[in-house]
Parts: sequence; C-alpha cells; structure tokens
Amino acid sequence: MSEARSENSASNVAVFDTHPSDAIDAESPLHWSRQRGVIDAAAGEGQVTVVERPFLGHLILRGGAIVLDEAVRETLGVSLPGQPLGLNHDADGSRSVQWLSPDEWLVIVPAGEEFELENRLRAQLGDAHFAIVNASGGQTLLELSGEHAREVLMKSVTYDVHSHGLPVGKGVGTVFAKTSVNLRRPREDRFELVVRRSFADYCVRWLLDAGREYGLSVE
Amino acid sequence: MFYIFCPYCDERREEEEFHPSGQAHITRPADPENCSDEEWGDYLFFRDNPRGIHHELWVHRLGCRKFFNITRDTTTYEILETYPMGERPTVTAERAGVRQEQGVQTADGGWQTVGARPENSKLNEETPS
Repeated sequence: MSEARSENSASNVAVFDTHPSDAIDAESPLHWSRQRGVIDAAAGEGQVTVVERPFLGHLILRGGAIVLDEAVRETLGVSLPGQPLGLNHDADGSRSVQWLSPDEWLVIVPAGEEFELENRLRAQLGDAHFAIVNASGGQTLLELSGEHAREVLMKSVTYDVHSHGLPVGKGVGTVFAKTSVNLRRPREDRFELVVRRSFADYCVRWLLDAGREYGLSVE
Repeated sequence: MFYIFCPYCDERREEEEFHPSGQAHITRPADPENCSDEEWGDYLFFRDNPRGIHHELWVHRLGCRKFFNITRDTTTYEILETYPMGERPTVTAERAGVRQEQGVQTADGGWQTVGARPENSKLNEETPS
C-alpha cells in the first residue's frame, strides 16, 4: 500500500491507496460462494439475473450538504441529491451519488478511481467540516435485473419495490431477509443491492432460493 | 406492527427497520458533581412508565440510522407524532391533573410507582419474627 499525503489540502489527514501497487489476485466477496459451488453459472434460465460488481470504489461522504454539493459537482460532475432517498448518476451511469442520511452520502465509482477522487475531494473541500471514508472493502454491489426481478425482491425486502414506492433514481436503506441492504433503482429494469461484504454469500444464497421459481442465475 | 414515519427519510417504514431506545427528553443534571444522589439516580436509572401519552426515543437503524422522537399512546399503541431530535413535542399529556388521572407513574425520588413511598419508613423495615 502506498502512502500519500493529499496535496493542496490544508488538512493533515493521512490518506492511503488501498489498492496494492503490485498485481495481486484479489478475491471478490463471492469468491467463497463460487468455490463452494453455491453459485452455478450454468444453472437458471436467466429470467432473473444477478450480476456481481465487485471491487467498485465506495466512498462515504459526511458533512454539510451545500459544501459537499459544490465539491462533488466540481470533481465528479454530479450534483448531490438534495431530497432524502435521492440517487444521482453521471451521464454514462457508472458513477453515482446516493443520499444515505441528512448528512451522509454514498459515492460509487468504477474500480480504482476512489483514491484519486478522495484526494481531489479533500483538496476541493480544504478546511471545511467533513469526513470521507473509503468503504470499498466493506461492501459490494449486486445487480438484479430481468422481468421477474421485482417479484424476487418482493419476497425479500419489507420495502414497497413497485415503481410508485421505488421509482428510478431512488435508493433506500431497508431490510433484506435478515440483514440490511441499500436498495437502489438506477434504471426501470434494474435494481442494485449494496450489501455488506461479509453478508454477500448470505444474500446470494437467499436470492438463489427466492428466485428459483423464476430461474434466477448468478453471474 | 408499527408503521413509523421517519422524519429524516420523510416516509413511512416498517417497524422492523427501527429500534426503540427508551424515554425521550432526559436531561443530564447540569452540575453532576454537586447534584444529590437522588437526582443523579433518577437521571441514570429511573424512567417514566405512563399509561397514556409517552415520548420515546427511536432509531431508524436499518435506514438513515438517525435517532428521532415518537409520541405514543401506551394504551392504544397509537403513534401521535414523530419529530426530529432537538424539537419539542406538540402533543403532550397535560401536567399534574391528567397525569394523575391517567395513572402516570413518574420517576420521583427513586420511587417508580405513585404511592409506593411508604408514609412511614418503618413500614419498609423488616420486622423480626
């Protein structure tokens, strides 16, 4: 791990890149599930598909909405969702900012971008009262799509996942089976589940069971 | 099951997402070093147990993870209002009279139940048989 001090920043926060400088095989949160044969890529007719998106950059931003909004707009080109439960994406949909609580937002960016983004945000925010936490190693993202994706979710979460309860551009923290999930809807036909890394196996096992009648497959 | 309105998420959620954290609006004695044992004991250990309107602290632990307050009727389980931290309730039980009528048990000098304090301290002492 290479240590670096954020330049231009008045703060003396030590930051470091969590990605190793040498090429080391990383294991996705579902590695164990695959190894144990829980996930069988050949199974399922694919009416509902779960795709794992491991190693994305997850940053938790905390602070005042106005200051953070300015900085995120400047560095990411996406505005901070002003309303509760909001979810904003950039033009190509690969970077997102989600409202978590009145002073907390989740930024998800493609793998490897998070360290640079954190440095740029720190430089931009300077002396402002804020916190940035890199949560990339702690959580992972599962994408759920297909015509019966909503039925699978209806069996799994207490939240109303119909379009009038969870329209596109909304993300909620709620109960998934017996654990918590950050459920987002970036597109009409797709749901995203941000789950704890250590619960990824549990969530996938639950989804496989709940989606068996729809031929759910995991990629 | 409760269906609770979270003032921060601005919508109703299932009770499963929440967790109760006891009585709301408990103020710490301003000068703990110099307050009486009775005052400090009340603050630490004694809570109201009213029959009727009660102000409670809840946390939306699986949602926004913020604490907020609920005014609830403990006899009907009806939630009368929810309001964020730092605000005062708009629905309150009238003081004294109504509280007495409702059989409110207030924490007062270490005695949880109204009328539990014996008139004569000797009544509480064990009598040698």
